[in-house]
Amino acid sequence: MERQFVRGCKKMSTGLRILAVETSCDETSAAVVEDGRRVLSNIISSQIDLHKKFGGVVPELASRKHIESIIPVIHEALEQAEITFDDIQAIGVTIGPGLVGALLVGLSAAKALAYVRKLPLIGVNHIEGHIYANFLEHPELNPPFLALVVSGGHTELVYVKDYGRYELLGRTRDDAAGEAFDKTARALGLGYPGGPIIDELAKKGNADKIDFPRAYLENDSYDFSFSGVKTAVLNYINQKKQRGEKIDIHDVAASFQKAVVEVLVDKTIRAADDKKINTIVMAGGVAVNSALRVMMGNRAKEAGIKLYYPSPVYCTDNAAMIASAAYYQFLRGGQSDLYLNASASLKLPQVVET
Amino acid sequence: MMVLGFDTSSVTATVALVSEDKLLADYTLNNKKNHSEKLMPLISQMLNDLEIEPAEIDAVAVAEGPGSFTGLRIGAATAKGLSYAAGIPVIGVNTLEALAYNLNFSPYMICPVLNARRGQVYTGLYMWENNELKTIFQCSAVEIEKILKVIKNLDQPVFFLGDGTSVFKEQIISVLGGNAIWAPPPLSIPRASSVAFLGLNKLLKGEKQTPFEFKPQYFRRSQAEIQFEKRCLKEENQ
Ligand SMILES: [Zn+2]
Repeated sequence: MERQFVRGCKKMSTGLRILAVETSCDETSAAVVEDGRRVLSNIISSQIDLHKKFGGVVPELASRKHIESIIPVIHEALEQAEITFDDIQAIGVTIGPGLVGALLVGLSAAKALAYVRKLPLIGVNHIEGHIYANFLEHPELNPPFLALVVSGGHTELVYVKDYGRYELLGRTRDDAAGEAFDKTARALGLGYPGGPIIDELAKKGNADKIDFPRAYLENDSYDFSFSGVKTAVLNYINQKKQRGEKIDIHDVAASFQKAVVEVLVDKTIRAADDKKINTIVMAGGVAVNSALRVMMGNRAKEAGIKLYYPSPVYCTDNAAMIASAAYYQFLRGGQSDLYLNASASLKLPQVVET
Repeated sequence: MMVLGFDTSSVTATVALVSEDKLLADYTLNNKKNHSEKLMPLISQMLNDLEIEPAEIDAVAVAEGPGSFTGLRIGAATAKGLSYAAGIPVIGVNTLEALAYNLNFSPYMICPVLNARRGQVYTGLYMWENNELKTIFQCSAVEIEKILKVIKNLDQPVFFLGDGTSVFKEQIISVLGGNAIWAPPPLSIPRASSVAFLGLNKLLKGEKQTPFEFKPQYFRRSQAEIQFEKRCLKEENQ
């Protein structure tokens, strides 16, 4: 209450501001978000160059980089939002799933900040964060909706019934969608990370040239499997090489990408239809993929379904999405104590309908 | 002047608050490693019991390494967070030096031994001279034989302490026999009071860092880097 009278200037609005920290993989990020929707700052320090020569994220190196970047990133987030700790009402932090050593850097720092500044601490699920990235740019968007979370670490189809009320409809049984892109790119000697490279090459290729397998699993399943298509690409390349035939890398990239995207889109649209949901959101690094955006866009339009996805910056790992999820959790009283721990395999909290 | 110290470099979680001439509190847990859960509650409980606000503290001293990589980072991230939010400096204290400080009455040389896994130890040799702790030498991850050879040549009693002593006890006795003396259990583990007092000494000498620049000292590269280098060397030789 006091805030409303004491501070009149523009930036000292009366909203609830959360400073959030995200260190679950290879981006160190901090952000300040107001009322769960308005991004005042979103600083991301990427480590991609550090891990490139290893062909993937090296957990120990990621943790070493996080500990160096964490304070500069937090400081910049406050500076860019033009506020101090006095203008923050809570601290949000990712507690999993992710690389546990990396998560612990952000969590330990966040606990210390919350303790010294006497602020509520809110531990946030990373997958939940990805979904909430959609609220940052779409003010009209509210649950219920269907969310497809696709990245290098996860592939999940979630029915978001309300804020904090989720039903996990399906998930990958082996590789994540982004992981399939990375592994295939590596096998083709294309470099890391694989997603953007394959997306780019595919633009000049024929996606119907090679019929790579689509794994639909059981008839009624919303689960995914992407390890088969990766193996099929490897076998195709080896066969061609053995026969001394030329390989069109563009066609391979386009055909592989279509095999992955088609299954993602088919299952998502079918789930929306089955559950009678008329809004779909996409989230995570793979939600940037141009083929996925186009195909999902077309199929959603045909079915009369509204489709949302975040800008690329909010698709990659970022703290703004964590701040948004922390805000809605805070409103529900989801505050943590200083014993809060991180978990590499943290599950999305699920509601059971009664 | 008050300094908050802590050490999470090994299985021991230990926090302490000291002033120039007084140990105000020393809370130590020594059962299992769950620093990510317990460190911050320990600090909060201790300051709460002392009725001291974080804002009254002048600096944070933390064991900077060597030790468990994850443990060091939990300590470092906590120290950086406290330091940044409270606007006070961070002081890194060498883990081995802090262990040697536990035995500040010792007439003999002191050899802290930390288990570095893969058959190696982090170790060094220290000595008290005119009430001051002198570092004779300190090494990164090495085989224990290396330091035992040096100590054997000295041909004098040496105090052993740290979590590596139990792992390598037989080997130490077989080389040094009666010249190996064991620190009593309460002094053989990291004590935050030692970290805090060493930190206070450094602070008085102006040796402090900002939370932006402070980072742990690992004394060992990551396994991925070591393997990557091996692979590159192999390719070069082919
Ligand atoms: Zn992610």
